[in-house]
Amino acid sequence: MHELGITQNIVAIVAEAAAGRKVLRVQIAIGKLSAVDADAIAFCFDICCMEAGLAGAKLEIQHIPGRLKCFHCSAEKDSPTLYGRCHCGSNDLRCISGQELLVREIELE
Amino acid sequence: MCTVCGCSKNAQFSVNGETQFRFQSTQKENFKLNPESLQQPLAKKGTKMPEVHTLEQQVLAKNDSLAALNRRELSRRGVLSLNILSSPGAGKTRVLERTIADLDQSVVCQVIEGDQATEQDALRIRRAGAQAVQINTGNGCHLEADMLASGIKILQPRESNILFIENVGNLVCPALFDLGETRRVVILSVTEGEDKPIKYPYIFHNADLLLINKIDLLPHLEFDLQRCLDYVTTVNPSLMTLCVSAQTGEGMDEWYQWLQKERAALTPSEPCEEM
Repeated sequence: MHELGITQNIVAIVAEAAAGRKVLRVQIAIGKLSAVDADAIAFCFDICCMEAGLAGAKLEIQHIPGRLKCFHCSAEKDSPTLYGRCHCGSNDLRCISGQELLVREIELE
Repeated sequence: MCTVCGCSKNAQFSVNGETQFRFQSTQKENFKLNPESLQQPLAKKGTKMPEVHTLEQQVLAKNDSLAALNRRELSRRGVLSLNILSSPGAGKTRVLERTIADLDQSVVCQVIEGDQATEQDALRIRRAGAQAVQINTGNGCHLEADMLASGIKILQPRESNILFIENVGNLVCPALFDLGETRRVVILSVTEGEDKPIKYPYIFHNADLLLINKIDLLPHLEFDLQRCLDYVTTVNPSLMTLCVSAQTGEGMDEWYQWLQKERAALTPSEPCEEM
């Protein structure tokens, strides 16, 4: 729902860091549990780059899998959702990875 | 993506009908490249190689830092602020109207209303007897921290006040944007279906309190309350849930007790000053 605004944020961060230099590549990290749709970001990216004078920049998306940790037994497990059930029976799990939304690096000409 | 609303494409919103412009650029001090960010100074003499710079920049850093400022300011003032979230039509405004009327001056309630358009809800709140600021997000489908800051500036909430922030009716986008509130309250009405918690897990996962509203309608619906509560536990085992009807008043006393308990837990760290 909110990916256009988020892509504009990403492009603004890149444009500011590049300070007028040509951007060849942008690497972002999107956690599987970040509530952000990577395909929608990719869809918006080219258009947002054109608007910001970064036409031609390539987007590279690093997908970070979701990982939960059990409050009770400290076991960890991969998870496609923010919630789940541990093998110990508890459903009191905390997300330890997968909510990232980062601009990792940029490549400048 | 939000093909309907386009979210923050328009860099403006309005507060009580007056246009406000958003912060267009990101915070400059965070985004300057410094020599340490350069990973590989590969350019050899006479050749031109691309430079790779590490940024590791949080995409929502700007909103998060403004939210942190709001949180500090509200805590300094000793104000309980509640981000009220639900889908459209779950009864957010009705719950607030009833709360304002029932608390009847024993607590000063103030409301920031978020809607895409119109002042309808602010007018309802003012008629119920509380101060209200209407924020119109235009194309935006959620409130952001700078909008809350505009509302705080107008309302100037004081110690022991409750500041209700009625977010735009939406169970998706508002989950991602911290405003700087003390607590998040989600309202789910029984006319919506009991599976909302597992269909929209983010908003329920991050909530501090759930009000299941319109329970006076239960006899007329096929809503399975126990199944709904099971889904809530699945998504957020520590989420406290209260069943209420803002229409008949059923269960509302427990909500008021929760408000009083949360309010009592706050103490201002410094005397109030104009923001």
